[in-house]
Amino acid sequence: MEVKVVKKVLSANDTMAQQNRKYFSEKKVFVLNMMSSPGSGKTSILEKTVGRLLPEINSAIIVGDLCTTNDAYRLAKTGVPVIQICTDDFGGDCHLAAHVVGNAASDLDLDDVNLLVVENVGNLVCPAEFDIGEDARVVVLSVTEGEDKPVKYPLMFRVCDAALLNKTDLLPYLDFDMDAVVKNIRQIHPDMPVFKVSAKTQDGFSSWIDWLKKQVINKTV
Amino acid sequence: MHEMGIALEIIKIATDSIPANLKNPRVERINLKVGKLAAVVPGSLKFCFEVATKDTPLEGALLHIEEIPVSARCKSCGYSWTAIKPVFICEKCDSGSVDLLSGLELDIVSIEVEEGA
Repeated sequence: MEVKVVKKVLSANDTMAQQNRKYFSEKKVFVLNMMSSPGSGKTSILEKTVGRLLPEINSAIIVGDLCTTNDAYRLAKTGVPVIQICTDDFGGDCHLAAHVVGNAASDLDLDDVNLLVVENVGNLVCPAEFDIGEDARVVVLSVTEGEDKPVKYPLMFRVCDAALLNKTDLLPYLDFDMDAVVKNIRQIHPDMPVFKVSAKTQDGFSSWIDWLKKQVINKTV
Repeated sequence: MHEMGIALEIIKIATDSIPANLKNPRVERINLKVGKLAAVVPGSLKFCFEVATKDTPLEGALLHIEEIPVSARCKSCGYSWTAIKPVFICEKCDSGSVDLLSGLELDIVSIEVEEGA
């Protein structure tokens, strides 16, 4: 006999993500899911970003890795509350699921926080598939990774609301074709804002900070 | 990428869907819809499913995967098409303002279950 089921396989995650979304709305917190491959500079960008959002916007950060608390240690120096999630000491989950983010968020005091950044596990594939209850998603691509990554990992660039092209300070030493990468991004996500930045020099940060501030203020004020 | 996690979730949903009044139920087939943009590799999913169903009422069940193509509709001119490549620009008017109509599915449609001996 055939039994109709009609259920999303990831419905457990989607339900949890909706609960997170409700909680974040009650707390008036804007949640940004930040994704990229490992080593693109998510942590460095955040180190420089949270300070520039002050005094209007107070941030908190949840950072996900397979192992180590290195990122939390670096980010804690900025003075913002940080929680590290390690998915497994011997190499665990490839993404942060909604329940993991929900648990971490409940350990943070969000009363004075306007922006919660979730720095996802470095991976251009799986994190794109899991809703964590965020308001916006950004993808970071560093210029050392190659121009064709947007078309190689289309889902990530499709689901994100903005892209950061990081490490532009290295451009003089690379054969990286900036026009080609932007063209590749536009194929996947034609109206996506693209910010060319260097976390090292903070070059190009103004438009990224302006965009982020606008998003946060739209939700929280 | 995380096909094992997805396989375990499928097994959970399918197991919960077995009608309670069946004696020694045996699931023969699970019908699944997987969108081409869902980033699930059918071969790996089937492999993980086979491994994870050992010694359960789902052991030996066929995981039938219907792959759903990516279809898009232009918000400017209304033209709809099936995307063969991940390019989301209207083929008719070049607009980049596009709705995805299908391709992100990861749904269990039904299970086929029989009473055992």
